[in-house]
Amino acid sequence: MMTRSTIANALHQAWKRAVQTARLCCGVPDYDAYLKHLRKHHPERDVPSYAMFFRERQAARYKGTGGRCC
Amino acid sequence: MHSRNADAGSPSIAILPTTLAKRCLWLLVALIGAACLGVVALRRGEPVNAIWLVAASLAVFAIAYRFYSRFIANFVLRMDATRATPAVLRNDGLDYVPTNKWVVFGHHFAAIAGAGPLVGPVLAAQMGYLPGTLWILFGVVFAGAVQDFMILALSLRRDGRSLGHMLREELGPAPGVVAMFGVLVLMMIVLAVLALVVVKALTHSPWGTFTVAATIPIALLMGVYLRWIRVGRILEVSLIGLVLLLASISYGAHVAASPTLAPLFDFDAKTLAWLLIGYGFCASVLPVWLLLAPRDYLSTFLKIGTIALLALAIFIAAPTLQMPAVTKFIDGTGPVFQGGLFPFLFITIACGAVSGWHAIIASGTTPKLIGNEGEARLIGYGGMLMEAFVAIMALIAAASLHPGVYFAMNAPGALIGNTVQSAATAISQMGFVVTPDELLQTAKNIGETSILSRAGGAPTLAVGMAQLLHNILPGGGMMAFWYHYAILFEALFILTTVDAGTRVGRFMIQEIAGLIHKPLQATESWTGNLLATAICVALWGYFLYQGATDPLGGINTLWPLFGIANQMLAAIALMLATVVVVKLKRQRYIWVPGIPALWLIACTLTAGWQKLTGPISFTAAAAKYAQAAQQGRLLAPAKTIAEMQRIVSNNQVDAALTGVFMLLIVSMLGFSLRTLIRAWNTPTPTAHEEPYVALSSVTS
Repeated sequence: MMTRSTIANALHQAWKRAVQTARLCCGVPDYDAYLKHLRKHHPERDVPSYAMFFRERQAARYKGTGGRCC
Repeated sequence: MHSRNADAGSPSIAILPTTLAKRCLWLLVALIGAACLGVVALRRGEPVNAIWLVAASLAVFAIAYRFYSRFIANFVLRMDATRATPAVLRNDGLDYVPTNKWVVFGHHFAAIAGAGPLVGPVLAAQMGYLPGTLWILFGVVFAGAVQDFMILALSLRRDGRSLGHMLREELGPAPGVVAMFGVLVLMMIVLAVLALVVVKALTHSPWGTFTVAATIPIALLMGVYLRWIRVGRILEVSLIGLVLLLASISYGAHVAASPTLAPLFDFDAKTLAWLLIGYGFCASVLPVWLLLAPRDYLSTFLKIGTIALLALAIFIAAPTLQMPAVTKFIDGTGPVFQGGLFPFLFITIACGAVSGWHAIIASGTTPKLIGNEGEARLIGYGGMLMEAFVAIMALIAAASLHPGVYFAMNAPGALIGNTVQSAATAISQMGFVVTPDELLQTAKNIGETSILSRAGGAPTLAVGMAQLLHNILPGGGMMAFWYHYAILFEALFILTTVDAGTRVGRFMIQEIAGLIHKPLQATESWTGNLLATAICVALWGYFLYQGATDPLGGINTLWPLFGIANQMLAAIALMLATVVVVKLKRQRYIWVPGIPALWLIACTLTAGWQKLTGPISFTAAAAKYAQAAQQGRLLAPAKTIAEMQRIVSNNQVDAALTGVFMLLIVSMLGFSLRTLIRAWNTPTPTAHEEPYVALSSVTS
């Protein structure tokens, strides 16, 4: 039996995934995953705000090789 | 039933359905697929509904995915779910991040899906819907998806390295350089031909031109909003952008009807080409956050949304295919592009069946996001199947149009004249009976003054889409709205590709320039930046302008060049995969990438040869115009002897470029064979894979 909260949870999870996919399509990786990574592996580094993180990634996307098809 | 893999480190893998029920299910899918394909291929005399084609494709894709991709994963590539991937090993939270497989799938699909799979099948519809359908289905299953999946897997085993890097490593430094040169030239042709699609769609269309122009202020507004007002809220700002875009489409009707506003947005092909060249230069020099990035977001979401809308429309409207299954134009006399079924069908439909460009994506960001090797099959092979489905939908949209309308839109003015009367007569003589009224009414329905000679795929697809959407969402005057929506959606993401491609080209040129004069390499240097951007824009701009002034309408000339170049890159990627299979000492599976590689080599070389010599070649066109110029005669559309000379030199450039592509592919074949024979005679594996690290030994 699915309870209301498990359905709500599943929907919430699905929405988060959709947002993550949409952002990734625009070259912006998951901010939460980055924070988790920083805290675990580089606790000495400053944690960037989402705004700083976004700006850095936005600039990085158009630096390298082409990320799209014909 | 389980079969144990001989390779140490591979888990035991089920290769056959485990239960009787599952076997029966797959047998059923196979029977349904065969039945639908039979209807599509064999029913003659009465029109076929598009749903048969959709069902046949889905069945073919399901079976190919379930059996062939699994065979490749287990035996050819030996994907290993216990092996740590680059995302896990080098996790940096930014570029290398183990990511949910559906998220990666969405990202990968959004990156590979572009204008290519929408345009190629529309052009190929001149041969009827059957040749295109069969090539898309067989091409994707045995070539396209195989290439994407194998290159992705190769990159996964090599720290997520790029195609160029892997070519240098596995084949040697010289072939690496040759291939990268090919990529740069291919990119310039891609940008030119895509920009030409936009030019063709917007020529003398104030409504379309206005809406596309409106995307510039909308993007600037989004850029500012995203930079300072609500930083990084991509979805929010994209929704605002979408509302503004839809408003601009509505207002476009007013612009087109207004005697004062319409002339401001009414341009001929040459002017549009210059505008695009200027725009491309500005967009790639300006800071990315201001124009390029916001347009990119908007076009990405619009693209995915519109593909979904198209699928929905086809399923609900279930159109009848009005185009015959096979037309007489398989003999090579078609008005849209010249050349026979073999090899020109196979280079006209590039993306959608097999596209070399995907090898760059599959060895770009995607391999750095995959958390488990077992997921590569879904993303690499599955992602390409989905792209093929988009191509099938584009083919359906084109084939569901009245054939007379289709040919009126896609045949050059030199063949059908400039009036609906001349066009209707010419097309009826081709065997597709159509009245001037029907052509006039179609133009009126979509809110344009003329539909004649709008080759390039985008307008045809837009009319097809507008009819489908109008079927499911009727409403007075809505067809014109949907037509301009479809044009805008294609123009938007093509222009984003042009901007981003110009930037990438600029970096590649700066890198080359840096070899000559070091300071030019600094990407922050304004001199280097402006110089390299100007060179890049000039390179694609040359071909774009050439296309805009071409006697046969441009697409006719440039699309084969694009197809040859794109399939050449696919052949190179598949040759790499073939060499690696031999280097891994799994040569009994050499046919998996080897046969599609040989097929593409055969197609590109034959097409190249026919474009170099013979009746449909660039050299023949150059000779024809040169001879006429010598006798002082003018051939349309040239109005002066100088223009005649330009057409001659354009065709000579195209011929030379075709020669370069052929040389490139022959030399890559030589390099590959050399390495392949050496690896074949070496008793031990010689591929440059990174060593095995167990996934369980790595903490995230």
